[in-house]
Amino acid sequence: MGDDATWGAALPSQPQKDRMRQNTSANLIEFGIEATVKVLGYSVVGFVILIFGFLLREGLPFFVSVPVGNLVSTQWYPTFGFFGTLPLILGSILVTVVAVALSLPMGLATAVFVREVAPPWTREVLKPIIEVLAGIPSVVLGFFGMTILAPLVRQVLGAPTGLTAFTGAVLLAYMSLPTMISVAEDALDAVPKSYRDASLAMGATRWQTIWRVVVPAARSGIVTAVMLGLGRAIGETMAVMMVTGNAARMPVTLDSLFRPVRTMTATIAAEMGEVAGGSVHYHALFGVGIILFVLTFLVNLFAALTIFQKRRRGGLR
Amino acid sequence: MIRARRLLLALAVVAGLAGCASSASTPGDGDSAQAIVTIQNKGSDTLVNLALAWAEAYMDTHPEVRISVTGGGSGTGIAAMINGTVDLANASREMKKEEIAAAQANGNDPIEHVVARDAIAIVVNPSNPVDHLTLSQLSAIYTGKITNWRQVGGHSWPIVLLSRESNSGTYVYFLENVVRLGDSHSKLLFSPDTLLMPSSEGITVEIRQNRNAIGYDGLGYVTHDVKVIAVSSDSTSPSVMPSIESVNDGSYPISRPLFIYSAGEPVSHVRAYLDWILTEGQSQVTRLGFVPLD
Repeated sequence: MGDDATWGAALPSQPQKDRMRQNTSANLIEFGIEATVKVLGYSVVGFVILIFGFLLREGLPFFVSVPVGNLVSTQWYPTFGFFGTLPLILGSILVTVVAVALSLPMGLATAVFVREVAPPWTREVLKPIIEVLAGIPSVVLGFFGMTILAPLVRQVLGAPTGLTAFTGAVLLAYMSLPTMISVAEDALDAVPKSYRDASLAMGATRWQTIWRVVVPAARSGIVTAVMLGLGRAIGETMAVMMVTGNAARMPVTLDSLFRPVRTMTATIAAEMGEVAGGSVHYHALFGVGIILFVLTFLVNLFAALTIFQKRRRGGLR
Repeated sequence: MIRARRLLLALAVVAGLAGCASSASTPGDGDSAQAIVTIQNKGSDTLVNLALAWAEAYMDTHPEVRISVTGGGSGTGIAAMINGTVDLANASREMKKEEIAAAQANGNDPIEHVVARDAIAIVVNPSNPVDHLTLSQLSAIYTGKITNWRQVGGHSWPIVLLSRESNSGTYVYFLENVVRLGDSHSKLLFSPDTLLMPSSEGITVEIRQNRNAIGYDGLGYVTHDVKVIAVSSDSTSPSVMPSIESVNDGSYPISRPLFIYSAGEPVSHVRAYLDWILTEGQSQVTRLGFVPLD
């Protein structure tokens, strides 16, 4: 309102008063919105810190009060003071790694098909369907696994029971597919058209172009896709609890994949309802939570690092 | 209450899970009419159907009382009793000394009421020819010493052990009275190969599908599509099928009382409800496959 000065001491006219009032109220709204956004943004960070602090406060006593020998033993009978976390950690790792090993080829192939091979109309149909896949509640998948998949695993593979690490891994693979496909597809999408043109111009076939040029160029994006799928798989609880049998045995023999296992997430979910607040078992479950948190954090950190490296190289998204 | 909420919050974040079974509710919330009183009842999954039947029948004749019943396991109900968030906790096992002490420390002196009796049935797939086992055979099976049905007179099928989760009162009862054969100095545990199923339904589904499986559950939860096995206390005594009669005359070896704990000596509405359970309510007990008090 620099022009106001030329009016000297004269009082502002009526339209001017209105404009000023409008400006003030607009400023107020602006300020209000900014403040709200700021508070919300910071509070998210605050909540994460609070939750992490709480997890540490409730979980750390476990690592202090239980002797190391007991902690890394192979027996998990928390009701009777045996807190060997090894079967749980190995169980989670086994199920997760196998799940990723199953979903990586499928996810990558689907992404390549959707992005490179499929005609546009197929792509338009496939993409939303893949996204719907991500929205299926895990308990529904778990029920499907329990009633359909488990008997199949038992009959086809001849395992004593169908509730095995493998059954869980198959379900998890299915659940991490949508994440993997959409991230991998984005990575393929980001490969410049000139790469494909150059390759085809050199006389390469379509398959050679995809396999030797496009996929390697999108490599780091695909690694990110795997990491995100891994993060999705290791944290999944409900479906895993329903189909893996939850037997806390050491998955170290060759046939372990086709025997029951107990994962960390299933252990926390199944036992948290029981514990008396403040008991060793209560702290133990939070302790398992810390182990799980550290594992997922490492996976996410690794994923973030690959993205960061990509950016620094000035390459693809 | 607060602890349960924080617990759920942390759980959700740690595991990213959507399906934790337990949730705490505030006593007496949502009542606009002053006249309605609410009784909070929580605990044992063995008892939950019976408790629901009681609550429904009682509310029909006593419209001024609202009873909310939730399951989650005996441990869940007892934890809620310790934290003072329920009026009545259902349990299929007795409260431990330390649990009673913890509740008393919070000012909730738990009083025990035996409300029904229950037989624990041993169930197998209908195609399994084995029809009776002794308690010591059961113990050997569940500790992993016997791993094939051939060793107890069946086909050469591997044995798949099913159990409820360790938050179940049935789990603790079965461990103390079957796996350890009632010996309080015994250190025997369930075999690490035992599948811990999150629900009775999980056990039934697996038994129905899998001819190798053996499981145990409250008699009230046994469906017609699984086979119940007769049990004898030792090799010289007769094998007995679980039933109301065999529990009442003491011949079936695996039966137990079911409890409701009240926070302090029950008064007014809670007292009236408990009295009703012990008298008229006993007719619901038989209907649901449990054993009424004599």
